[in-house]
Amino acid sequence: MTQTNSAPRQDGASPRPGVFGRFLRATEIDTRLLGMIGALALIWIGFHLYGALFKGFGAFLTPRNLWNLSVQTASIGIMATGMVLVIITRHIDLSVGSILGVCAVVMGVVQVHVLPGLIGFGSPLIWIIAAIIGMATGALIGAFHGAIIAFGKVPAFIVTLGGLLVWRGAAYLITRGETISPLDETFKLLGGGPYGAIGEMGSWIVGILFCIGIVWLLWQGRQRRRSYEFPLRPLWAEGVLGMIGCGVVIGAVLVVNAYPWPKGIVRQYAKANNLEIPDGGLFISHGFAIPVLILVGVGIAMTILLNRTRFGRYVLAIGGNPDAAELAGINTKMMTVKIFALMGFLTGLSAVVASARLGSATNSLGTLDELYVIAAAVIGGTSLAGGVGTIYGAILGAFVMQSLQTGMVLIGFDSAVQQIVVGSVLVLAVFIDTIYRRNIK
Amino acid sequence: MSMTQTSTLDRTGTPLVELRNISIAFGGVKAVDHVTIDLFPGEVVGLLGHNGAGKSTLIKCLSGAYQMDSGEIFINGEKAEIRNPRDARDCNIETIYQTLALADNLDAASNLFLGREITGPGGFVDDDRMEAETRKIMGRLNPNFRKFKDPVKALSGGQRQSVAIARAVYFNARILIMDEPTAALGPHETQMVAELIEELKAQGLGIFLIEHDIHNVMRLCDRASVMKNGQLVGTVNVDEVTDEDILGMIILGKKPEA
Repeated sequence: MTQTNSAPRQDGASPRPGVFGRFLRATEIDTRLLGMIGALALIWIGFHLYGALFKGFGAFLTPRNLWNLSVQTASIGIMATGMVLVIITRHIDLSVGSILGVCAVVMGVVQVHVLPGLIGFGSPLIWIIAAIIGMATGALIGAFHGAIIAFGKVPAFIVTLGGLLVWRGAAYLITRGETISPLDETFKLLGGGPYGAIGEMGSWIVGILFCIGIVWLLWQGRQRRRSYEFPLRPLWAEGVLGMIGCGVVIGAVLVVNAYPWPKGIVRQYAKANNLEIPDGGLFISHGFAIPVLILVGVGIAMTILLNRTRFGRYVLAIGGNPDAAELAGINTKMMTVKIFALMGFLTGLSAVVASARLGSATNSLGTLDELYVIAAAVIGGTSLAGGVGTIYGAILGAFVMQSLQTGMVLIGFDSAVQQIVVGSVLVLAVFIDTIYRRNIK
Repeated sequence: MSMTQTSTLDRTGTPLVELRNISIAFGGVKAVDHVTIDLFPGEVVGLLGHNGAGKSTLIKCLSGAYQMDSGEIFINGEKAEIRNPRDARDCNIETIYQTLALADNLDAASNLFLGREITGPGGFVDDDRMEAETRKIMGRLNPNFRKFKDPVKALSGGQRQSVAIARAVYFNARILIMDEPTAALGPHETQMVAELIEELKAQGLGIFLIEHDIHNVMRLCDRASVMKNGQLVGTVNVDEVTDEDILGMIILGKKPEA
């Protein structure tokens, strides 16, 4: 990998050749990634133990909570992947929450008031047309912001601060403050819920495909390194990496499959399908929720975009040295427009997930999301100085934020304390990251 | 074309580059005022002058970083329109900037190929091939270079310079602009750059060298063009003048008596 936003690898001798250090060097695992996973594990176990000790029940590490956590993370996580690109290029986008609101109400109006009259109520095309219009709306607004930033030379902070107010107001004007519902039934599946998940079998298929993908990537990487006679990872390290990767995937499948549908839904489903419910009750697994799969898909696509395409390379180059990028012949202005358009597109996608999950569209949807999205990206190691950031980091950062929220709700902290904790964690995370970066040099 | 040393250079043919009557002003200040210089294949032309004399500004019109207000640029006798760095590249002009225009957060290969990445099937950048190519060219230019995986901010001045030069050499530049290439370098690294310039010259490249160090000018250049206050003082053959003559041109703005 050429992208070097992680710890620089030592080509020479390792300063501390402990067993762990050797392991890290052989597997080339990013120590930052380990740190974030460690932090996440600490939060999860901490909340679980707190619940077990003081409330008599550890509610955090249960399939139900983890499943909900994954669904709740999806919307912020999708936007955070785009925010990484925005922040890498030394910009910021404060308007994503408001754009999310506009996209949601536009989609709401389209599927509730417009499309049923045109193509018939309940038409199977409604959800996809509405979603495309929502994402296009986001992309257009983003491109508009980007154009003002790039060609009008107004700082992104100002343009998107204005956008924060403008688009929230626009969302209100579109709905006149009314909640738009009910949304299309198929559309609602995109937000998760018992029917908006792919079930036990589907989850196993997805999980196995991922495991095959992981092994294939490792093997492919090894072949390529060999063909250029670059140093190879020891075989055991490849094996460990493969096992960790597949282990995580299979663990996730087991967790989401261990969370059954609620009894009411099972009864409803059994009735509709003329099924007998046996004495012990019918165990129907949720499996992966659709919004989570969307998040995973976005994460993979954005990682490929950032690390394996010219577009991504230019994003990093502009972040590292805007002048050098310009002198290298990169059209930095158009890049800015494209990056903000992409951010807007992803915000539109988040609006799909968020409004589908809610089952309705309101003008206040997405309020304060911009702060959680920026926090997720920054906790995930994206540097506000530009040039540094990873997609997986931002998604993990979104999980950290959501885990804190969920955990504090579960153990009954009131919302004032929640705000204090989330704010403090943000600052603390960046502080620790700063120390880490200083010491790695 | 004979290219042995300095004045035996053949300057009867078409120049590689001709800058004619270039002017550019910033807010009323004439940074470059009707300057005309040329460059022949296999030649190194030094550009000298005080800070603010207009050397870098003049050369940035050629590299596409600035747009001149008036004047004409001819490449191989043909009029060239250079509006941005991409146009300059299309004319095989490569620039090595004083500030070493490198993206600090990217590694050597990404910088070398920045804007011209090698892509494989599906249009994805082929990092491994770029690294292999980088290893090849660095093996020629700076065999001691090892830090292929590190971001260039981890490199020394000389290593960074060799990345910048490799970029120009790899893409077969015909015209090379070097803005104080040895300013940030130690003696050993300076020697390395000097040898490199000799080699590029022998390959028939034309080089504009912006340089403050008179000794480097006397050693590396065939001709020297001196600027003062945005105007061209004059252009001299380096082996027909002394250090003092050139210093006089820089300080007094007067051409030595022939």
